[in-house]
Amino acid sequence: MSHVPAVRFQHVKKQYGELSALKGISFDVEEGAFFGLLGPNGAGKSTLINAMSGLVIPTSGRIEIQGHDVIADYRQTRRLLGLVPQELIADPFFSIRELLDLQSGYFGLKGPKQRAWVGELLERLALSDKSDSNTGQLSGGMKRRVLIAMALVHRPRVLVLDEPTAGVDVDLRRTLWDFTKELHQQGHTIILTTHYLEEAEALCDKVAIMQEGEVKALDTTQSLLSKHSYRYLRVTLAQPAQTLTPPLEERLVEREPNGLVFKLEKTMSLTQLLAWLSEAQLEIEDISSRDASLEEVFLDLTAEGKSNAE
Amino acid sequence: MQSNWSGCWALFIKEVRRFYSVVVQTVFAPIVATLLYLLVFGHVLETKIETYASVSYSQFLIPGLVMMAILQNAFSNTSSSLIQSKMHGNLSFVLLSPISAFEFYVAFVLASVVRGVIVGLGILIIGVVGFDLTWQSPLWVLVFAVLSAAMMGGLGMLAGIISDKYDHLAAFQNFVIMPLTFLSGVFYSIHALPEFWQQLSYFNPFFYMVDGFRYGFFEQSDVSVYLSLLVTIVFLTIVSSINLILLRKGVKIRQ
Repeated sequence: MSHVPAVRFQHVKKQYGELSALKGISFDVEEGAFFGLLGPNGAGKSTLINAMSGLVIPTSGRIEIQGHDVIADYRQTRRLLGLVPQELIADPFFSIRELLDLQSGYFGLKGPKQRAWVGELLERLALSDKSDSNTGQLSGGMKRRVLIAMALVHRPRVLVLDEPTAGVDVDLRRTLWDFTKELHQQGHTIILTTHYLEEAEALCDKVAIMQEGEVKALDTTQSLLSKHSYRYLRVTLAQPAQTLTPPLEERLVEREPNGLVFKLEKTMSLTQLLAWLSEAQLEIEDISSRDASLEEVFLDLTAEGKSNAE
Repeated sequence: MQSNWSGCWALFIKEVRRFYSVVVQTVFAPIVATLLYLLVFGHVLETKIETYASVSYSQFLIPGLVMMAILQNAFSNTSSSLIQSKMHGNLSFVLLSPISAFEFYVAFVLASVVRGVIVGLGILIIGVVGFDLTWQSPLWVLVFAVLSAAMMGGLGMLAGIISDKYDHLAAFQNFVIMPLTFLSGVFYSIHALPEFWQQLSYFNPFFYMVDGFRYGFFEQSDVSVYLSLLVTIVFLTIVSSINLILLRKGVKIRQ
């Protein structure tokens, strides 16, 4: 039997007049993955997600969810996919429970088993005591939780979260992280877009970085980090540095009250840096090294894209 | 491809509950407003306008007003629900579900028929009780009430789809729907009009809906009831076809 990915994008394009929001996107998201879709504003992440869930019809190309085409077999794909949209949507005519019951109804789901599942969702997302509240009157965090419950009402295999932690407090962010990790452990494929790159680094096993409607990088998170050709060295000084020699100045990325942070090519030996520091007559108290964070990889890749475009 | 009629039913129930949750605004207010027309126009014009033989002006007026209320409320139901859902973004809840364009259309239009018919019935009950109105052919009354409400529900959906904001919808309502309903023979028989206006009325589809509906009460009408039925069905088919094409293509809702 041939291998079927959870999601497959094949040459997906979306054109809005002159603007190419998606320029032929092709990649797979494997079954059971925790996949991060990253990129600056306007990169096309939300358009891609909306095309996958049927909220946007692509201009050309094909998207499959577990082997089913999202246009031709939309009934199957919508049953397989749950989307938590970026916007905090509410329906001022209905309470939380009514909305969840209606959403279940749209999927043809009813009866005691479904009611029990809705009750479980309300419980798990700490919405039980607010279940009769009108959704138009909820706080941002509450609305976000309602949207997650709405996306899970039909028990989808693939869950897509578009900026789920944007604008939520630290506690709720942590709760949402735990909840999505739990869903992932239960076998759900999770696709996450986020602006918090530490979030992607902590949660995602694979990452695609998009820019201007194209995929700039696609790899496992670890591989992306290790492939990055720089490392960062933090040098703590006994005395603040007044002037630096040109090779040090070139590599300096941050000046702290009692230290300096340098970005060095991985191929460069530490001895070379120590020699330059010695030449500059700087008294070193401590030195620590770390690999690039996902944020730094992201910034490098997107900056490259920008300079290439210019 | 398999159907999802239970999803369609859930959407229909949601649409009915939506207007029921603001029943004063969506049902009682239009009934009261229409009764004011009846009181004012019926009283002032009772002896001034000739209608059909052995039919008083108020009796003549009531079916027209009932149909006017059905048309306007069926239109309002789909158009306002759709534009509100678009503006609030909650239309995506439905768009993410496995409901087809046809099921989506049927659910919205049926809910608009229910609202239109409930409002019409409210006015009709007062007409029957207060003005000795009787219906000679109840089947025609029912057929025109349902088909006309469905046509207007469809037209409301079309307006809701193409409108980007409330202002666009208000323009459609005030510059298209209102003039066409007021000039459809609600308040008069078109035979009382000068030749030019009479001819012009034949191009107004709402005229046939009012005229056919009125036939159900008096078995008298300005044009053949079968012609009215044909025009209503043709317009319902055209409006439904345009809606289904737009919904399938996702025009202005899946973009």
